[in-house]
Amino acid sequence: MTCELSQTRLHAYLDNELDAMGAAEFERHLETCPDCKTQLAASEKLRKALSQVQLYERAPASLRSKIQSSLPKLPATTHGSRSTSPAPWQRLALAAALLLAAVLGWRQWDGANHPAYQQTLAAATVDAHLRSMQPGHLADVVSTDQHTVKPWFDGRLTFAPPVRDFADAGFPLIGGRLDVIDGRTVAALVYGRRKHIVNVFVAKAEPSAAWSGSGGIQGYHWTAWQKDGLSFCAVSDAAAADLEQLKQLFLAP
Amino acid sequence: MLQQEERARFEANVLPHLDAAYNLARWILHGRTEAQDVTQEAMLRAYRFFGTFHSGDARAWLLQIVRNCCYTWLKKNRVTEDMSELDELAMPQEKETPESLAMANSDRDALRRGLEQLPRHFREILVLRELEGCSYKEIAAITSRPIGTVMSGLARARQQLRQFLTEPARKEAHHDL
Repeated sequence: MTCELSQTRLHAYLDNELDAMGAAEFERHLETCPDCKTQLAASEKLRKALSQVQLYERAPASLRSKIQSSLPKLPATTHGSRSTSPAPWQRLALAAALLLAAVLGWRQWDGANHPAYQQTLAAATVDAHLRSMQPGHLADVVSTDQHTVKPWFDGRLTFAPPVRDFADAGFPLIGGRLDVIDGRTVAALVYGRRKHIVNVFVAKAEPSAAWSGSGGIQGYHWTAWQKDGLSFCAVSDAAAADLEQLKQLFLAP
Repeated sequence: MLQQEERARFEANVLPHLDAAYNLARWILHGRTEAQDVTQEAMLRAYRFFGTFHSGDARAWLLQIVRNCCYTWLKKNRVTEDMSELDELAMPQEKETPESLAMANSDRDALRRGLEQLPRHFREILVLRELEGCSYKEIAAITSRPIGTVMSGLARARQQLRQFLTEPARKEAHHDL
């Protein structure tokens, strides 16, 4: 009764899990298969409903404090694991050495395209995201209206960040703020993604530095891209695929 | 000193995912009290074994531990799917926020009940995908299943949920039995 593709391929398509070729192939199939078309529309509707009714349940504050207060009484690592992993000071030393190498590497080649510099930048950007998660730090201007957020940046920056609400695509605009990354003042646009927060940092692109790519640090994902002389980096604990989707929204004309 | 650094690293990497941990436990176990207990146990477990986590996706790593703790709890308490479902349906709802009250409550209740009634292995996949926003690869890692199984499970889960939402009458009759 139902088209065989609709059983799995359709869902992978809906979830952005098909590669570009697979997605194009499925789209071609959609044109000739009313069955899949109906199924896709119904699944999209279900997804939208699920994302709108807020079924996500956050941990109660009491649980958070209970866990935090019970942590220090425990040994940090088991003996077995300690022998196989470097001691924390070794890790710190390694991290410091890497950072130094990264900074030196960047200075020496004076190329901001250098991967080590990009890694340092990514770490600084994830740090900025973490800072924004502290209570009261998320947004200087809180509004879901792009026409309120955009003018707020006027006079505060030497460029105009593109402010758009993507609520229809599942990324509602929450607000904006100024932030400092690597010594530069940047715009931070704040979006919601289900129960997650996404920071999109926007800076004037430097001619020599085309920062792009994606990665993960400490459980957070980042995706960087360039458009119209501006440099963007989205950071969140939401899925990497979500950030990719947001990037495509920004790149769309 | 060493312990403090380890703890700081844990707090920076793992603790931010407490909500994700609790949400998964709540949906696997149904009950909120059980979910709190199991989440706490899972967090302490994660802390104890944090030395074995070097890098990568801390959320997926934590959720895998949470899931294992949930299934251990279910086994220990010999919970069968049906019993827990009926218990949960009789439980009072969580506190409403102004936003959630503004939503169409009937939709929300229907979706919540629909999700509660899915078989556990479908429910966890759907929760990880739709509420937590995990990729197929992450879901496969968390649930220790091949990606193909995740994909077909997701298709089945959505299909069943839709069926439940479009045929509420049949489901209610089933419940009276």
